[in-house]
Amino acid sequence: MVAVVPLASILLEVIRNGISTISFQFITALPGVPGQTVGGIGPAIQGTLLLIALTSVMGIPPGVLTGIYLAEFGNNKFGRTIRFLNDVLTEFPSIVVGILVAALLVVATHQYSPIAGAIALSIITLPIVARTTEESIKTVPNSIRDAAMALGIRRWRTTISVVLSTARSGVITGVLLSIARISGETAPLLLTILGSNFFFSSWNQPIDALPLRIFNDASQADPFTRQQAWGAAMILIIIVLTLNIGVRLATRGRYGSNRSRI
Amino acid sequence: MTVGLLEQVKPENKSTTLQQMERYKILTENLHAWFGSNHVLKDISIKIRENEATAIIGPSGCGKSTLIRCLNRMHELVPGARSTGRVVLDDSNIYAKGVDPVTVRRRVGMVFQKPNPFPTMSVYDNVAAGLKLNGVRDNTTLDQAVESSLERAFLWDEVKADLDKPGSSLSGGQQQRLCIARALAVKPEVLLMDEPCSALDPVATAKIEELIVSLKESYTVVIVTHNMQQAARVSDFTAFLYLGQLIEYGETTGLFENPGEELTERYLTGKFG
Amino acid sequence: MSRMEEAPLDHAGVQSSRLQNFSYRLSHLSGDDMFEVLSNVFACTAVVIIALTGIVLVRGSIPVLGKFGLGFLTGSGWSTTFGQESYGMLPYVLGTLVTSGIAISIGIPVSLGIAIFLAEMAPTSVRVPLSQLVELLAAVPSVIYGFWGLLVLSPWIAKYVETPLTSGLGSIPIFHGSPHGLDLLMGGLILAIMIIPTVSSISKEVMMAVPTSQREAAYSIGATRWEVVRMGVLSYSRSGIFGAAILGLGRAVGETMAVTMVIGGALGSEAVPTSLFIPGQTLASLIAGQFKEAESLQLSALVGAGLVLFGLALLINVFAQFMVWKVLKVKAGAVE
Repeated sequence: MVAVVPLASILLEVIRNGISTISFQFITALPGVPGQTVGGIGPAIQGTLLLIALTSVMGIPPGVLTGIYLAEFGNNKFGRTIRFLNDVLTEFPSIVVGILVAALLVVATHQYSPIAGAIALSIITLPIVARTTEESIKTVPNSIRDAAMALGIRRWRTTISVVLSTARSGVITGVLLSIARISGETAPLLLTILGSNFFFSSWNQPIDALPLRIFNDASQADPFTRQQAWGAAMILIIIVLTLNIGVRLATRGRYGSNRSRI
Repeated sequence: MTVGLLEQVKPENKSTTLQQMERYKILTENLHAWFGSNHVLKDISIKIRENEATAIIGPSGCGKSTLIRCLNRMHELVPGARSTGRVVLDDSNIYAKGVDPVTVRRRVGMVFQKPNPFPTMSVYDNVAAGLKLNGVRDNTTLDQAVESSLERAFLWDEVKADLDKPGSSLSGGQQQRLCIARALAVKPEVLLMDEPCSALDPVATAKIEELIVSLKESYTVVIVTHNMQQAARVSDFTAFLYLGQLIEYGETTGLFENPGEELTERYLTGKFG
Repeated sequence: MSRMEEAPLDHAGVQSSRLQNFSYRLSHLSGDDMFEVLSNVFACTAVVIIALTGIVLVRGSIPVLGKFGLGFLTGSGWSTTFGQESYGMLPYVLGTLVTSGIAISIGIPVSLGIAIFLAEMAPTSVRVPLSQLVELLAAVPSVIYGFWGLLVLSPWIAKYVETPLTSGLGSIPIFHGSPHGLDLLMGGLILAIMIIPTVSSISKEVMMAVPTSQREAAYSIGATRWEVVRMGVLSYSRSGIFGAAILGLGRAVGETMAVTMVIGGALGSEAVPTSLFIPGQTLASLIAGQFKEAESLQLSALVGAGLVLFGLALLINVFAQFMVWKVLKVKAGAVE
C-alpha cells in the first residue's frame, strides 16, 4: 500500500492544481510576459510533439533493426555482447546522453536545435525499442518462419513481412512505451534544445518542450507561472499515463482481431 | 545394414513397361545429412517418380523429415545443420554452386506437421502471401491464383465468403488445407508433406488424404507419415527409413504385401517403432 | 523428427561451408545479405554510442584535467572568475554518494517489503492490479516527481520531519542546520521514491522465479510463512535482489531532474555534505544546473563531471546487469 501513496498524491495534486488552468488558450497560446496573467504553453506542446515525431523517425527504425538482429542473427558471442551493451545503454543516465549530444552538436555549432534534442531522445529510445522488438520477435514460432521460407520467400522479406508483422503488437507496445518515456525526458533536452518562449522558428533555434516548461516554471516565485507549471504537468501526465495504460489494456487481448494487409 | 538400393528400386513384377516410361522428378545421390555432429541421414539414393505420391515411412527419429527437408533445401536453415551429396530436380543438382535455394523452394513446396497459417493475415492474404512477397502486385492475377489454389485444396466452397477472416479462425483441418493452398499458389512442381495429418482428427484426415490423391494428378507428392495405413491408402511408392538409412523402396502394394527385408516386415507388423 | 535447436556446432563443417559461401556471397550480394549487413550495422549503434560517449567525455575534460590534475577529483573549489578558476568535484561526488545512500537505505527495504507482499502474500486479484500500479509509478516522468517534491513533499518534510529532528537532535552534526526542505535529505528522499517501482518490480520477478520446490522444502520442515520467505525465497533469490538494488543505485546516481529541483543547488565548498539539512549538489544536478551558462574551462569542468558520472554509472550498471543476468540464467536452467 505504501507504493500507492506517492502515485495517489502526485495525481491528486496535479489534477487539483492543474485542472483549472486547462483551456483552449492555455494549450495554444505563447507564455505570457512576466507579471501578466495571460498566456499558455503552446510552444511547449508543439515542441514536444515535434520531438516525438522526429525521434520516431530517427530512433525507431534503428531500434527495430537492432531488435531484429538480436532475435534473428544474435545467437552468438557478438550478439550476446550487443545485447549486454544494449541493456547497459538502457540504464545510462540521460544527462550523460545530453552531454554527449551537446558536446558533439551544440557546443560545436553554438546552436541549440530541435535536431540535437531529437538525436538525444533517439539514443534513449533505441535500446528500449530494440529490447521489446527482440522479445516479441522471439515469441514468433519457428513454424511461421519455415512456412514462409518454404514458399520461396527471401529471408529479409520473411523477416519484415511475415515475422515482424506477426510480432507487431509487441513491437508497437515497445514503441509506444518508449514514446511515453521520451515525452517526459527532461535532462538531455536542457542541454540540447534549451527551452524557449516562442514557437518553432527554424532548425537551428531553441524550442520548448513540456517537461522543460515544467522545470523552468516550477521554481518561479510568480504564482501565475507556477500555476502554468501545474497545467503543463497535468497535460504531460495525461500523455504519459494514457500511453502506458492504453498499451497495457491493448496488449491484454493479444492477437484478437488484429490482422495485417501485406 | 547397408542395402543395395538400386536393386531394391527395380520393380519386381507387373507393369514394368509403364514404369520405365515414367520420368523421375527427383533423384538423390549419396545424400548425407547432419545436425551438428549427429549423422541423421546416411547415404540415401532414391528416385522419386513424377506425378506419383511417394510415402516415406519409418519409426520416429529415423530421418524422414530431414530427408524431405533436404529436397527443398530447408534442412540447411537449422543452425548447425549440413548435408552432402546430390539432389537432382529434373536435370539439375539443387545443391550445385550458384543455385539459389529460394528458387528451389518455389519449385518444391512444403506442408508442415502442424497447420501454420500466418496468424495475422486473412485467408486471402495467406494464400496470396507467396506471390505477393515475391513481387506479384496485379490484383486479377492474385484473385485468380487465390481462387484456383483454394479450389485445388478443396477449400474454396467453405471459405469463399470469409476470405477476409483471419486464417487462424479456421478449424484445424481447414487451416491445413489453407496451408496446402498457400503452397499451391506459388505453382510448385513438387509438394512435400511432413506428416500433414498428425495434428488432425480422423474426419479432417480423410479429407486431406482424398486431396493428396487428387493432387498427384498435377504434382509430384512426397509425404512423410508414421501412419502405415495412410501410406498404403495414398501412395504409389513407399520408402522405409530406419536409423537414417534407406532400408527398402518400392511400389507401395508390393512393399506392404511382400516386404523384401526382415526389418521392413518387422516394422510393418508392428514389432517395433 | 523435430528441429534440433541446441545441436552442438560441428565447427569444421560450419567453417568450411562458410568459406565456400563467402566467395559466392561476394559475387552475388543479394537482398538477404544486404539485410543481414544492415541489421548488423544498426546493432552496432549501441557499441558506437557507448564508445563515442567515452571518447567525447574524455576529450572534453582534457583542459580541466590538464590544469588541475587529480585536484579536479579531490578539490572542492568552484570559481568561475577569469584568471582564478578553480573546479573540484569532491562535494558533488560526496553529494551523489550521500543522496544515493539515503535513497538505497530507505528505498530498498520498502521495495523488498512491496516485492515480498506482491510475490508471496497477495492473492492474484490483488497482485496483478497492484503490480501494474507500481509499474505506472515507474512511468511518471522524473520532472513531475521533482515538481511534486518541490511544491508538495518538501514543505511537508520540512515541517514534520526536519524541524523536529533539528530541534531534538540538532547537536548531532548531520542534523545540524536550518531546515527549509530543499536539501540533501530531500534529494535522497525523492530518489528513494523514484527507485522503489523499479527495484520492487524486479525483485518481485526474481522472487516469483523461485521454484515452488524451494518453498515446499521449507514448509516441509515446519517453517512458518516468514521463515519460508526468508529461507526458501530470499536466500534463493539473493543475488537477483542484490542486482535489482544495484540497478536502483545506478538509477539514483544518474537521476537528474528531480534531484536538481529539490536539492538546493549549492556550489563549491558549501556543497560539501556536512549535514543532511543543508543545500547540496550531485554530479547530475550540477551539470543540469550549470550547463546553460558554461563557457570554456567551466564547460570542460562540467564535461569532467559527466565523465565521473559516466564512469560511476557504467561501473554500477555493468555490475548490476551481470548480477541480474546470472540469476535469470539460473532461472532458465532451474525451472524446467
